[in-house]
Amino acid sequence: MISFDRVTKRYEAGHDALREVSFDIEKDELVFLTGHSGAGKSTLLRLIMLMDRPTRGQVTIDGRNLSSVGKRAIPAHRRGIGVVFQNHRLLFDRTVFDNVALPLIIAGYDHREIGRRVRAALDKVGLLRHEHAMPLSLSGGEQQRVGIARAVVGRPNILLADEPTGNLDPELSAEIMRLFEAFNQVGVTVLIASHDLVLISRLHHRILTLKDGRLISGASGPGDAL
Amino acid sequence: MTGSADKATRRGGASLSRADLRDRYKAWLQHHRLCAADSLAKVLEAPVASLLTWLVIGIALALPVGLNVALENVQRLSEGWDSPAQMSVFLQQDVSVEQGDRMREEFSARADVDKVIFLSRDAALAEFSRLSGFADVVASLESNPLPDVLLVTPASALSEVGISTLREEMATREGVAEVVLDMAWLKRLQHLMTLGQRFVLAVGVMLILGVVLILGNTIRLAIESRREEIVVVKLVGGSSAFARRPFLYTGLWYGVGGGLAAGLLVSAALWYLDEPVRVLAGLYESSFSLLGLGLMGVLNLVILGGVLGLAGAWLAVARHLVRIEPR
Repeated sequence: MISFDRVTKRYEAGHDALREVSFDIEKDELVFLTGHSGAGKSTLLRLIMLMDRPTRGQVTIDGRNLSSVGKRAIPAHRRGIGVVFQNHRLLFDRTVFDNVALPLIIAGYDHREIGRRVRAALDKVGLLRHEHAMPLSLSGGEQQRVGIARAVVGRPNILLADEPTGNLDPELSAEIMRLFEAFNQVGVTVLIASHDLVLISRLHHRILTLKDGRLISGASGPGDAL
Repeated sequence: MTGSADKATRRGGASLSRADLRDRYKAWLQHHRLCAADSLAKVLEAPVASLLTWLVIGIALALPVGLNVALENVQRLSEGWDSPAQMSVFLQQDVSVEQGDRMREEFSARADVDKVIFLSRDAALAEFSRLSGFADVVASLESNPLPDVLLVTPASALSEVGISTLREEMATREGVAEVVLDMAWLKRLQHLMTLGQRFVLAVGVMLILGVVLILGNTIRLAIESRREEIVVVKLVGGSSAFARRPFLYTGLWYGVGGGLAAGLLVSAALWYLDEPVRVLAGLYESSFSLLGLGLMGVLNLVILGGVLGLAGAWLAVARHLVRIEPR
């Protein structure tokens, strides 16, 4: 589902954010991506999102080589991926409902269908009764769950999360992780970048570890065994 | 893997099926409606700032439009004197009425003459005493000092050379004292009008450019203040067209409001001037009155404003929106 083949990303300053990174993530897998800050976690996610292009190497998503995705096709590519951000990136001048509805409005759904799907997504993250609230009136954990609802409302095949538990206490973090596992169980491929090693090592999923841009462990997944 | 195959076919089918295309078209229309309403609400949310923007655009548009309306009125006023110019053929004092009438017929028969009116000296004197207010003086005259006059209107297609040829031929005719054709002032007026038109056009082009730039700047500020929203829209897969739409509508609303303001300003100015113009025209024995913009004129201004608003928004969006990319 997500495949990196000897991917290198060098920024203008001559600093290599990723060096010869190769791995494969199968469909239905939940994989953690860890490493110190600056190890290349965000860069890796940015390459999947096409917010950046690799300097060398190939990234393949859902069977499609991203080097063949032109600038105009980027929005369609992003619509196939749900993303959860560390700082939520909610729009604070709109209600929870409108925030979650945004991907569906962009994808061009009928407003009845939008209402149905948004409520289903909010129900899954346990925020249905807050649909008319403004994001600022919610707690950090609740805001993050709004972000998760927005990421899954379009029923993407892939869900990415960048430090989704960054600012949450351990209990809330575990709760958020359980949500990701639930989505994974219904067939969504999930990749979570997190430096919370204590939390993720408890969860028994594959862990990709980056150090100074190199992948130092976790490259061989269950896919290699086949 | 079956799930993925299902999803793939569903997605592949989505781009092909006609019903889905119709849904997409409906959704597209819906987003346009949503953007239009949202942008209008945002414009109205800050009434003072919006009103100022509308006024600035309104004044910038009202200036050339007002000048143009004034020019059109002057043109309409002078239309009565426009070419073909009339020539006054003064006959010698000893020409009798019968001879004068014969000359009228003779001139009328010419191909380069449209029509000839014979104004006898008595009729001329009567008209003079009636219009000039010197009736007493005229009555005290022993004899009529005025000559008979033939008012000759040249054929409308006649060139300037043709007119002077006609004039010379009539002047050398026996019994004609003088042919008067004062076209110099008419020419001056026409040149002044051309100058005025060019001036209005130049001012108009500059102010329209100014309006586009003002709107572009206003939209640029709107884009800056909604930067985070644009980033999020792009992150969750919104196309550039999607991100741009609300700003184009904002530009449209500013432009339409500005056009309406311009229409109101010009109409108010004309209403303010109408009374004195009527009085002045009355003094010149004319029933002339100002021609306003009319409903169509105001509508045209609103449309022009809307188009300029869109143009300004395009300018800002093309320059600033593409640079906002998720980091």
